[in-house]
Amino acid sequence: MQSRVIAANYDMSDTEVSRAHSPRPRRGPKWGRILLIAAALSFLGIFLALPLLAVFVQALARGVGAYVAAVSDPMAWAAVKLTLRIAATAVPVNLVFGVAAAWAIAKFDFRGKSTLITLIDLPFAVSPVIAGLIFILIFGTHGWFGGYLRAHHIRVVFAVPGIVLATIFVTFPFIARELIPVMQAQGKDDEETALSLGASGWQTFWRVTLPNIRWGLLYGVLLCNARAMGEFGAVSVVSGHIRGLTNTMPLHVEILYNEYNYVGAFAVASLLALLALLTLAGKSFLEWRQPELRHSSRQPPDRTRRERI
Amino acid sequence: MIGAVALEARKPRRVLPGFEMTLGYTMTYLSLLVLIPLSAVFIRSLGLGWGHFWEIVTAPRVVASLRLSFGAALIAASINALFGLLVAWVLVRYTFPFRRLIDAIVDLPFALPTAVAGIALTALYAPNGWLGAALKPLGIKVAYTPLGIIVALTFIGLPFVVRTLQPVLEELDKEVEQAAATLGASAVQVFVLVILPALWPAMLTGFALAFARAVGEYGSVIFIAGNMPMKSEIAPLLIVAKLEQYDYAGATAIAVVMLVLSFTLMLGINALQNWTLSRHGGR
Repeated sequence: MQSRVIAANYDMSDTEVSRAHSPRPRRGPKWGRILLIAAALSFLGIFLALPLLAVFVQALARGVGAYVAAVSDPMAWAAVKLTLRIAATAVPVNLVFGVAAAWAIAKFDFRGKSTLITLIDLPFAVSPVIAGLIFILIFGTHGWFGGYLRAHHIRVVFAVPGIVLATIFVTFPFIARELIPVMQAQGKDDEETALSLGASGWQTFWRVTLPNIRWGLLYGVLLCNARAMGEFGAVSVVSGHIRGLTNTMPLHVEILYNEYNYVGAFAVASLLALLALLTLAGKSFLEWRQPELRHSSRQPPDRTRRERI
Repeated sequence: MIGAVALEARKPRRVLPGFEMTLGYTMTYLSLLVLIPLSAVFIRSLGLGWGHFWEIVTAPRVVASLRLSFGAALIAASINALFGLLVAWVLVRYTFPFRRLIDAIVDLPFALPTAVAGIALTALYAPNGWLGAALKPLGIKVAYTPLGIIVALTFIGLPFVVRTLQPVLEELDKEVEQAAATLGASAVQVFVLVILPALWPAMLTGFALAFARAVGEYGSVIFIAGNMPMKSEIAPLLIVAKLEQYDYAGATAIAVVMLVLSFTLMLGINALQNWTLSRHGGR
């Protein structure tokens, strides 16, 4: 049976053999290919390109003057500053956690590792609204620490600390999940060599590990930052929507939109859309620098599975 | 849950330092910021008592919102599975102008804040919007209807299926397809009998991720949904509405139902996936 298949392969004419080995094997009729490409591009055009275009068209609907005025509004600036402040707190905190978690998970074997990875991914399975709700249940007026906080005049919910906590929660897994596969792929030979040559633990980390993982680290920071600046649901629940004080950029977009100030809403939205485009550009650049990053981020639960096997 | 993670390494001798410190930090941070806060929802719901809890979650408005959230997420994730396969296939197998750029743009829903997506989609599909005006003569209303919710959830979940399928498609052994073709299989037969079975686990993963994201989605939906109780009010929005009325018991009860339902579904899909994988012996 098998020999017959092999014999059939030997019978292939020369042209067929060369075709099979050419970089582009035959793919069926050409019109079918064109049809599939057209269908995919129309889908992406309607669902991705049009909304993106709409943001900028709506922002400039009343001309450049109205756009500039909307963007330079003091309330808009207060929102931009708050968003930057929150990202500048949440991202470094999650960065330290991500590096620590990746070090423990990628460099050592221990029982319950896959459980730990699943738990780290948990915030992805939780609705942003519920992420906000949990901090109200803990720090709100009727929450676990509500009485204590009120007695000491500390505000967590409906203030900046609550927004930071909710942002940390929703962006929790980003950096860890990018770093774990990167560190796993690199193994621990480099570190063991450094240690055997007399480097201390911290020296090894700063001079060997960190340079090795720098692109993966940047990649995680980039994705974490995009989500931190753009988070809406969780932040909306804990913020209290106090204009100029607890209004982040996405919340400011909502307020302006609900006031029928469409140019204002889309103007602030266009800044966030630019941030998204910059993030995508940075992401592509890092994937070009280190092609493995593409694959590491693409199959999140696969990692857990591979470890179980 | 925490007890499952043993603090000792399996290997008796470890060369690298910092295991206890990094794992300890990871566990502490995870517990303080995720596990303990999340358990607050469950502990608070216990205080409600079973009768009160059941009364809240079986109220018609709550049931309608849960059905809408899970139903719309299911439809959107299915659309994503289908078109995600198409997009991943085209991006991996064919070459055409601007392919790299289009590949990068697929991640837009990950990077674009949901509120921005929400108002942009609403502007497009509103009766006077570019697409809304075109669909109006056909009698199709998208904005401010459940259809609008499906559109928003499809946008949000779009990258998941594409990104889980792409690496599998790239690694797929083309010789198997060529062998099938030499043995006389048509292009459709090769796709259905050879390629599709290899893609199933990744498709399920992508579907599950898109579904999980869509169930809890809030920002992009509330602008386009119309938010009519019983008709176009999603469960996360109902939680927010209850919170605004200081009805913490109601908000907590709905949150518990949502969490339990999504965790169960995710575990189920995970089990299904392991089963498919073991049947196909990995890839």
